[in-house]
Amino acid sequence: MDIVYAIWLRNIKRYLRSKSRIIGSLGMPLFFLLILGFGLNSVVDIPGMGHNYVGFIIPGIVAMSVLFTSIFSGIQIIWDKQFGFLKETLVAPVSRLEIMIGQTLGGATTAFIQGLIILVLSLFIGANITNLAGFLIAFLFMLLIGLCFTALGIAIASKMDDMHGFQLIMNFVIFPIFGLSGAIFPIDSLPSWLKTVTLLDPLTYGVEGIRYGLLGTSHISPLISGLVLGSITLVMIILGAYLFRKVKV
Amino acid sequence: MPAITIENLTKEFNGLTAVDNISFTIEKGEIFGLLGPNGAGKTTTISMLATILKPTSGKAFVNGFNIINNQDDVRKSIGIVFQDQSLDEELTAYENMDFHGRLYRIPKEIKQKKIHKLLQLVGLEDRKNDLVKTFSGGMRRRLEIARGLLHEPQILFLDEPTLGLDPQTRNHLWKYIQKLNEGKNITIILTTHYMEEADRLCHNMAIIDKGKIIALNKPEKLKEEMGWDIITIESSDNDKLNSSLKSLPWIKNTHKHNNHLTIDLQNSEKHVADIVRLSEKNKIDILSLSIHKPTLEDVFLHFTGKTIREEEASTKDNMRLRRRMWRR
Ligand SMILES: Nc1ncnc2c1ncn2[C@@H]1O[C@H](COP(=O)(O)OP(=O)(O)O)[C@@H](O)[C@H]1O
Ligand SMILES: [Mg+2]
Repeated sequence: MDIVYAIWLRNIKRYLRSKSRIIGSLGMPLFFLLILGFGLNSVVDIPGMGHNYVGFIIPGIVAMSVLFTSIFSGIQIIWDKQFGFLKETLVAPVSRLEIMIGQTLGGATTAFIQGLIILVLSLFIGANITNLAGFLIAFLFMLLIGLCFTALGIAIASKMDDMHGFQLIMNFVIFPIFGLSGAIFPIDSLPSWLKTVTLLDPLTYGVEGIRYGLLGTSHISPLISGLVLGSITLVMIILGAYLFRKVKV
Repeated sequence: MPAITIENLTKEFNGLTAVDNISFTIEKGEIFGLLGPNGAGKTTTISMLATILKPTSGKAFVNGFNIINNQDDVRKSIGIVFQDQSLDEELTAYENMDFHGRLYRIPKEIKQKKIHKLLQLVGLEDRKNDLVKTFSGGMRRRLEIARGLLHEPQILFLDEPTLGLDPQTRNHLWKYIQKLNEGKNITIILTTHYMEEADRLCHNMAIIDKGKIIALNKPEKLKEEMGWDIITIESSDNDKLNSSLKSLPWIKNTHKHNNHLTIDLQNSEKHVADIVRLSEKNKIDILSLSIHKPTLEDVFLHFTGKTIREEEASTKDNMRLRRRMWRR
């Protein structure tokens, strides 16, 4: 546990110190929230919610923020590889699993904080607190998204030697996961083939879970969302741990 | 039990044999040098001994533990300062040390005391709360050495510890390495391509070239075993002098360089007068003449037929630097 804590602590310290990164990575979610939210608010009519598109996408944007931060946190390992710091950890008498878990928890924590910042900011533009339990449900799903995608980031980083493939990952992993998740549109109104695709996206269940917590309604029952996302998270952690075990420096 | 035993260790990187069937032992309490040009296989050897690289074949024991199936005990026995920096620049000096202490599960009180002691030792106590990214190369190196010692390893690997440091810092580090070895009886294995460093520090050393160990002995023995001296002459006509020297039977060898000539011979003190006489007879003016005992540079030249090239080193360092910069 000490080792996991040491690595978690390092991640948190680095995160809290990089003010520009914290602020920088709030930019895109806020942009989406304001432009999409207010731009489409009066045009879009969400079934069951009326003209409250802003309220509808807040959970989606929170999820987006957690997604981006967590994948980047996982991918950080490539920098550790390049800057040599990974060697320091790998040559110590500790298991790779401990390192990986520490990294995953650290990434998930920072991602959670980023999501929380967006959530708090969105209170000012129309989100309203329904009940405390709902918040806790949203938090749980934010954490799950954080764990799931930090682990995915670690899995990807374990396979990469440098940041050259980063653009590829941005375009073919992060954006599709976000775009297909129902973060910015209701999945029930989609043509059935597209709905199937969204149901294959793990983030969909995260978004649905947060949406249930914050709005009290969702297309997918929160129990199912939790079960599906929880299982996928477990699989990601196992995959990440497996690939990280074989990392070479 | 020796500190390190290496038996037929080999590492191949898709077709390229970086370390080629090497075997030797390093005794406890030694400073052992691995001297060789860039690309000789020094880092690869150390990486295998430190369990971060898997050998293609062969065996090695570090502190009695097998590097392949007893990695954890090997790791507990060693400290290592990598050739390339391995600090977290976004953390302070103290935090880097603290992280290391946690990784090695050093109890809190002991850890704090030791971090302070070690930072004092390497002269960084007053900078302990500064981010590493504000440190110079020498300071980073010193911090890495302090970090490598925090868990009191019995064996310390230093991969090119003074690469790219200014002479003053280098000197300082050398003294420090000696102090560690004598004071704490830590076995130290260092790699270098600086002759002077090997000469000054090492009790025993191996010369490695193209993955093979080509000589292994004490530095003074290696030089002694050459068995001859070297005369360096600068003259008005080096070519002519060179060809006329061919007639002297006691000359072992001559090498022409840009503007001077080196002559390998035994009993140089006795023969130097003959050489001067010969050049006078041929109407060649001698501009300067010096006699020296073989240096490690000469030993290296003898075994490999080439000198360790400094420029090789500097281009590689430049590339590394450029890569670093690009990463930012
Ligand atoms: N990871 C690697 N993949 C492929 N080749 C490598 C790798 N590491 C080292 N080499 C090659 O192995 C040889 C020995 O390298 P190295 O051990 O770093 O030499 P030294 O430390 O003596 O300068 C070099 O030719 C180098 O290019
Ligand atoms: Mg090297």
